[in-house]
This record gives sequence, structure tokens and C-alpha cells, in this order.
Amino acid sequence: MVTFEEISPADFFYRNRDIAGFTNPTRAIFSCIRELVENALDASDLSNIPPEIYIRLSRENAEEVQSELGVGVYKLRVMDNGSGIPARHVPSAFGQVLFGSKYKLKQARGTFGLGGTMAILYGQITTHKPVQVRSSTGTSKTYEYKLVIDIQRNRPLILDRKIHRNKDRWRGTIVEFSLEGDYFRAMPKILEYLKQTALVTPYADIEFVDPKGRLYVFTKATTKMPPPPKETLPHPYGVDVETIQRLVRVTEYRTMLDFMQRHFHRVGGGTAVNFLEFAGFVRSADPKKLKHEDIIRLSQTMKRFKKHFGDMNIEKLEGFTKTTRSRSMLDFMKTHFQKVDKNVVLRLLLAVGFLRTKDPRKLRPDEIVRLVRMMKRFNGFLPPDASCLSPLGEELLETGILKELKPEFIAVSQRKPSTYSGHPFIVETAIAYGGNIPKKDDILIYRFANRIPLLYDEASDVSVRVVRSMKWRRYKVALDMPIAILVHVCSTKVPYKTVGKEFIADRPEVKSEILNGIREVARQLQKFLTKREYVKKKTRSLTIFSKFLPKIAKFSTELARKRELPYITKILAGILEDYGESVVWHPYKKVGTNIIINAIVQTVQATEVPIESDYSSKDYIRIYVLSNIDQQDRIVHRSIKYEVETIQDTRFERQLVYRTAICKRVIENERSRLEWKPESPDTKQTFLVTNKQS
Amino acid sequence: MKNSKAEISAKERRREVLKNLRRFGGKLYKQMEKGEFPQIKMPSRSTENIFYSPELRQYILGNKTQRRSSRNIRHIRPFTQLVWAGYFARELTKNRKTSTLRDVYYSAQAYDMSFKDQSESNSIITDLETVTGFSREDFKVFPEERSAVFGDLTIEYTVPGYEGKQLNLMSHPDGVMIGPALTSAEFVRTKADKVIAIEKGGLFTRFVEERVHRKFNALLVLTAGQAPRATRHFIHRLNKELGLPVFIFTDGDPWGMHIAMVIISGSANAAHLRELTTPDAKWSGVWATDIVDYKLPSDPLTEVDIKRLHELEKDPRYEGELWRRETKKFLNIKKKAEQEAFSRYGLTYIVDKYLPTKLKDTN
Ligand SMILES: Nc1ncnc2c1ncn2[C@@H]1O[C@H](COP(=O)(O)OP(=O)(O)OP(=O)(O)O)[C@@H](O)[C@H]1O
Ligand SMILES: [Mg+2]
Repeated sequence: MVTFEEISPADFFYRNRDIAGFTNPTRAIFSCIRELVENALDASDLSNIPPEIYIRLSRENAEEVQSELGVGVYKLRVMDNGSGIPARHVPSAFGQVLFGSKYKLKQARGTFGLGGTMAILYGQITTHKPVQVRSSTGTSKTYEYKLVIDIQRNRPLILDRKIHRNKDRWRGTIVEFSLEGDYFRAMPKILEYLKQTALVTPYADIEFVDPKGRLYVFTKATTKMPPPPKETLPHPYGVDVETIQRLVRVTEYRTMLDFMQRHFHRVGGGTAVNFLEFAGFVRSADPKKLKHEDIIRLSQTMKRFKKHFGDMNIEKLEGFTKTTRSRSMLDFMKTHFQKVDKNVVLRLLLAVGFLRTKDPRKLRPDEIVRLVRMMKRFNGFLPPDASCLSPLGEELLETGILKELKPEFIAVSQRKPSTYSGHPFIVETAIAYGGNIPKKDDILIYRFANRIPLLYDEASDVSVRVVRSMKWRRYKVALDMPIAILVHVCSTKVPYKTVGKEFIADRPEVKSEILNGIREVARQLQKFLTKREYVKKKTRSLTIFSKFLPKIAKFSTELARKRELPYITKILAGILEDYGESVVWHPYKKVGTNIIINAIVQTVQATEVPIESDYSSKDYIRIYVLSNIDQQDRIVHRSIKYEVETIQDTRFERQLVYRTAICKRVIENERSRLEWKPESPDTKQTFLVTNKQS
Repeated sequence: MKNSKAEISAKERRREVLKNLRRFGGKLYKQMEKGEFPQIKMPSRSTENIFYSPELRQYILGNKTQRRSSRNIRHIRPFTQLVWAGYFARELTKNRKTSTLRDVYYSAQAYDMSFKDQSESNSIITDLETVTGFSREDFKVFPEERSAVFGDLTIEYTVPGYEGKQLNLMSHPDGVMIGPALTSAEFVRTKADKVIAIEKGGLFTRFVEERVHRKFNALLVLTAGQAPRATRHFIHRLNKELGLPVFIFTDGDPWGMHIAMVIISGSANAAHLRELTTPDAKWSGVWATDIVDYKLPSDPLTEVDIKRLHELEKDPRYEGELWRRETKKFLNIKKKAEQEAFSRYGLTYIVDKYLPTKLKDTN
């Protein structure tokens, strides 16, 4: 006999925990940390204060367990300084699946109302212990709950509740629970996850104490946070019948015109009228049935639109209505005022009251279906704007990458907002070369969605496919170069394939934005690589010449039985003249002199110089020159001002062969601008050193 | 006799070499003083520029020159090596020290001038010869292989510590090594009226034992296979300075024949050098004809031998009647014989019967 039963959402996810990323002890411990960290970060985005997150994972009953390998019971504690949770919502937020504050139309890490609760549920079913939550929204009290999830009923069961005084007005949330897991297997992924989170959240301080007591610290590199997203209305392209049905039930507006404008994203008066006319939701008066007063009203209103209709007298209008064959005013206007813009016509007719739209509350089910269908078909809607999104921005993206990868080169790009099925999205891409990026057989790909690092199911991800499909040789990229590509997709609805939020599906709109974004940064990388190769060649030849020429000089002097060595610096100068670029050099001590010298200009690796705060490796260059350049001298290269920081001489038997100087970009302030102005050079002197040095 | 020869004496030659090297360095120095990258021009040694000169009866270089500039990133290393080699040669010459090619290769390392391998350093030495027109022996750089001479010739050393000392080359029955000291020695007197050059050590010893030098009034030179350049130069001097005719005895095969030819007409590799050839020297045997005439025990020619003979047929040095005839004969009989083959007629046959006949025939 067949039996039927109903299960609760909690029960459903309990039975199908695989789909939420709780497949095995290794994966589960990773997912638990991840879900809690993401909730913590979301909470601080809300309060708009740079997050400070403390994570502690410790072994429970460590005495009993001899080996550190394999599955064990751990206690996980995550503390944040975020918004906190109003006391009355705490039990449901953590004890009820599909309960949350992030169902709104704005970007957040969380979406389903599932993640944190699933982590707790997993802990509960593996250890049979309650979760402890302490939270405050910054009021005079903090609330502490001990609860378990009633899985069958999808309800929190509160075991204990305490209220503490909050003298310091602490704000934030602490979640602590026990779970079974395999930390040592999961460790690489967890650390990678934290590192990538630090990269994409460069304004966060994250500390992690692992079960062995090791402390991992990720320090913020900036206090700037991306502007918070604004909540938005649904876009007509993205709604379904159910959404409309809910809206007509609650709307307070009486005309479709208002309905369209007030409940949908980026629908103004003009667009609304146009759409309703297109969709057949306007009724138009019959010109034949117009009364004399109506015509007077029409002609008076036309005067308001004088620019379009000129002076229109009543007799003429009346004549038209008599003779016309049109049965609707829209048609009528079209035939008799061909030249007038349709928008104007619509506004005119609305103003006169010859056009009417329905009361949305009276829409019939078939009309609702038609409305949704027409919304998808109409191409006059403005695309959704991106105020509901919170991309990281090029500056923060660069900060994050520099902080975690210390690359030699970096290019970032933020694409313009775009949409798929009515959902706005923005793609951010970056490419980084060298530094701490490991050399592998393939390009490293960092994937992020709404600032969440995606670490699993890489092969199925759209970004990975895009990268694999590109012809990298065209960009001078060999796959074994130390290159990392970063793709960040943010959207109110990231097209994840699963609730585990691990990879992004192949949406053509998203895919093409990713492709274009990567191409853009790849082109910049190509420029860098080409230039670097060229400079490398130049420096190599300078090195070779400065190795051999002195020897030729020395042996020739012996052979010729001369007492003094010939002056070879002059000859090396010729090499710089051939290979070098001219830079304007300004000696520090002699104010007012600018000299053009030739130098080979090289980029500097992030690891080579102690990069000061507010600077990036891009702000440093290395130059090879033959002049008497000094510390604090300034040079201008490609209209960027640099100051000489450190100098190294290459000398040969009292002769200067060349100088290597590391220069730092001058970030100008009032004072230095007064001190030093780069003028057009007044002395054209290619080389300072042209005579013998004594 | 000491001052009557056309050749310059060893001392003068040394002075010449030093002067030449100084000029070489001076040229480079001047260019650098002018702020230019030093460069040199020298005759090209590429195969298209090597010609056989019937007048000189040796290979010479044509008019093509080759420019080596230190401006060129690919040239600067060999260029520096060349200048170093010049410097090294000067040190050797100045200090009257001798050295070997191997030695050059290692010495470079002391100047942080390392060569990739021996052949790279050898070719730099050849460059130096080309640039200066002197042979490496003039720079006191000698090859490893050594050959010997025996007979009534008195020489006077010029090497440090032996200046003025005289030696008769009959004083040691194994012969005297043709090394740096002998090469730079002056010839004082001789009673001999001919030179007999012998390819192999065994036969050389036999000739000394059989007193060939007395019986034929000859100086005996052991070439020890292909004659080293020092030996070729030595034979050249015996012929030029003392006016002695030269007779060469080799194995009866294409390789032996060519040993004789290189002594007579030189090699393409040394086209940039003079005074290494003895155009009037005679190849006296063993000929292909001898193999037939003397019914010598022989081996069949190998494929390599035959290939070599075909090459020699096209060689401009083999234009002469004797050479043509013998090459053809070898190809004809397809046989070869070693000098030792005469032993079948008894140990002294070669000296008593063969040698007198051949000397007469080829004179
Ligand atoms: N650290 C925290 N600070 C503030 N609010 C929190 C915190 N953790 C959870 N919450 C609240 O609890 C709700 C449920 O969290 P949960 O992780 O279960 O779902 P979610 O984050 O909304 O969506 P997702 O399933 O995608 O993670 C959140 O929507 C949020 O309102
Ligand atoms: Mg969450």
C-alpha cells in the first residue's frame, strides 16, 4: 500500500544535505566555516563598518583522541562585529531552514536562508549538541540563546535564553556549535578559502585559530568599503505570473499606468504608456463618438503641445472626426497627425482622458498571463540599473590582489552593468602576473560570486570554460607562466547551478561579459609582457656589454702598452642611446635644471622593494643610467614623476659603467608641488658624463 | 750561414710578433678613445674565400674580408676572447714562455674569459693567426703532438737558459723532439745533403739503426702521422734555409699519400699562413705502383679509402702527373700496403734496395 507523508523543509535538507555542500566530513567542515564567515561578512556590510572576524576551530575531547588524523568532533566559533540580530529573530535565523533577511532584491552573499542553519543542523545531527548564539545590535543588552532545530517541524527549540548587560555597546554576533569533521583533510581548502576571501574583501580583518593552535591572520589593506547596494524593485523582464499575482493582490494603485510605474524597476510614465499600448492594455475612445466639448478639450490640450501641433482650430478637428474611418483615437491620431511623435500622442490622449488603462486589481488570470508574456516581448524597457549591486570596484579589487598575491603586474576591469533575464549583473575581471602567484601548468583561476570565493566544481564553471576557450598565445601568454585570472560576478541573482553556491552556469549574457572582461585585461597583460620582454632584452645586452667591454679595454691597453685605460663609459652611453628611452632628469641640488638623459626603464617586482602604504608595485621603477644621478633626484618618465630612492653603481677601474636606481612615484602634495615643477627641459644634454672622471 | 738565409732570425721574428700585437692593441685602443666600439677587419676564412694558388703551390685566402665588431651583441664575446688571446700571446712571447692549445683553454679561465670548449679556444687562436698573419707557433702556442728529427745538424738554441748552446741532432738515437726549443733554434751547420721524412715511428727507428743518415747522408724526420705544423715549418726551413731536398716516405694508401701532400702543399685550414709548405719536396713512396712492382703484401682498399681517393681526385693539389697516376692506380688495383710490408724481403731490404732506387727515381 502506498503511504503519503509530508516533510518539513528542514527535513528535506536534512535528507538531501549533499546539495547544500555537506557531502562528507571534509567537505562539511569546510562548508560550516564558509557559511558562518559569509553570514558574518554580510552582517558587516549592513553596518558598513570594516569587518573583524574571528574564527576558532578546536578539537573537542582532545585527550581521548590519539591521532590527529581522520574524523573527529570539533567546536567551531565564529565572532563578528556586524549588524547583530534583533533578539526576537535569533531563534528562527539559526533554527529554521528557509528563514532569512536576504530574500530582497539586492546583492548579498546569502540568498537562500539556508546556509548558516544547514551548518548548525549538520552539527546537531553529527554531535547531538545544541548551538549557542550570542548577539547584540548595539543596544544595552546582549542576548544569548541555546537552541536545537526541531527538524521534523522546521522550528527552533529554545533550550536556554540569557540576557546580559552590554556596557560597552558591543555589536555583533557569536555563533558556536559542535560538529563532526575532518579538519586535516579540509585544511588546504579552508586556508585557500580564507585567503581568497581576504583577497576579495581587502577591508576585512580575519583571524583563524586552527585546532593545533596555529593563528592565521589576514589583515585589511584598506578601510574603504564598496558602496552598499540599494534594494530594488523587480524588473519587468525578470518577473513571472506568480509575482504579478502577488502584486495585484496587495497593490494600492488603481490604474495599470501607476501599477507599472510603482512596482517595477526603471519603468517611468512614457515607458509604461508605451508598453501598455504595445501589450493591448489601453482602451482608446472612438473619434466618431466624441462630443463637441470633447473636441474643445482636445484642441485646448493640443495648445499645451504647441510645438507639435501648431495652432489647431476646432473646426478642422471636428471635420476630421466626421470624415475619419478610424474607430480609435490612437488610430485617428496616427492618420491625421502622421508627423507627431507617438509618445506625444500618448501623453496628449492620456491628458485629455481619451486613453484609459485598466484597474490592476481587476486583471483576469488570462490577462495576467498575457501581461507577463508581453513584458518579456516588449523591448522598450530600460535595462535594470546597478544600484542594487555592490561590485568591489577596480581600486579595491587591485588592493585585494596586491595584498594577497603581490604580483609584478596587475590589470583590473569592471564591465558596465548588464542583465540576463531581467536580473542585473556586473562582471569584474583581473589578471595578475608574477609575484606570489605559483607557476603551474595552467593559468590559475580565482572565481568569485557576490564576493564569495568559489572553490569546488571548477571544471563546470563558466569562467573556467571561457579561459580554456581563449587563444592565449595571441596574448603572448604561455600556460606555464605565473598568471592568475580573477572573475567576480555580482548579481541580485547569481546563476548558480546548485544551492551549494559553487559554480556558475553557462548563461550566454554572463558568459560574453566574462569573455570581454578577460579579453580586456589580457590585452593589458600582453602589452606588459611585450614591453617586459623588450626591456629584458635591453637590460641583458647592457649587462653583456658592460661585462665584456671593460675587458677589451683592459687587454687592448696592455697590448698597446698604454698607461691609462680608454674611457669606455662613453661607448656604453651609445648603447643607452640606442636602447634607452629619454627621461627628464631633475637634479635635486640644482633647482631649475632639467636634463634629458637616456635610461632603460624597468618595472619592479613587488617583492623587490618595500612597498609603502598608499603605493603599489606599479609606483616603482628601476632605471639604468649613465648620469651622476643622486638620491632624491627626480625623473619624469611618461609624464609620471619619480624620486630616486636607492642607487647602485656598476664601476670598472674607477670608471662609471652605469647606475641602477630604484625610483618611487611622487604622489604630489601641496608642498612638493611648490618645491619642484617639471618644466620643458631647458638643457638638451643627452649624457651628463661625457668627460673623463678624475 | 747564420745570417745568409732569407728568413728572419728567431730574435727578429719575436720582435716582429710583439710589434704586430702592439699594433693590434693600439688600433682597438684608438677606436675606444674616440668613443667607438672597437672593431677589426680580417681576411675571411670561409670556404668561399680559400683558393689554391698554383704559383705559391699552396692554399691562400682570397680578398674577402670579415668585420668583427664589438658593437654586435653576438660578436662581443669572441671579440673579447680574441683580444685576450692577443694579450696572452704577448705575455708568452714577452716572457719567452711556451704553451699548448690545451693550456690556452685553461689559462683563459684565470682571466674570467672561459671558453665553451677546446674547439672554441682553438678557433680563437686561428683568428689571432689570421688577424696578425703569424702562426700560433710564433706566439709560442704549440700543439700537443710531437715529432722528431735525427741526423748531422748542429743547432743553436735561442730559448731562455739555453741561448748560445749548441747541439748536434745525432746526439740521441731516438731523435730530438721538434718542440718549441728546436723550432726557434738557429741552424749552425750540417753535412747532410737531403732530408728524408718518414711517417711511422717504427721505420724511423729502423732507419736510425740501419744508419740511413750515414749511408744516404740524410737528416731523418719523423712526422708521426700527419705532420704537425711545427714539423712542417721545420721541414720548410730545412729546405729553404739549408737548401736540402726533401723526400717523403709514407704508407701506400690515400692517407699516407695525403700526409706527403700536406707537407708539400699545405692544408686549407692554414690558408692564412705561409712558411708551412715545402713545394719542392718529393713523395717517394710507397706508391700504388710500388705495390705492384715490388709485389708487396697488401690489404684490399676499404670503402672509406675509395671514397677518400675520389675526393683527392678532385683536389686541386693533386693536379700533378705523379699524383694523378698514383690515385688512379690505387683505384685500379684496389690495394694498399704499409711501409712495414717490405719486411717480407728481410729487415734491411727497404734500406738496401728500395730506398736507393726510389731516391734516384724521384730526384
Ligand atoms: N552573523 C550574523 N549577523 C547577523 N545576521 C545573521 C548572522 N548570521 C545569520 N544571520 C541572519 O540569519 C539569516 C539566516 O542565515 P542563513 O545563513 O541561514 O541564510 P542566508 O544567509 O540568508 O542565505 P544562504 O542560505 O544563502 O546563506 C540571515 O538572512 C541573516 O538575517
Ligand atoms: Mg548565509
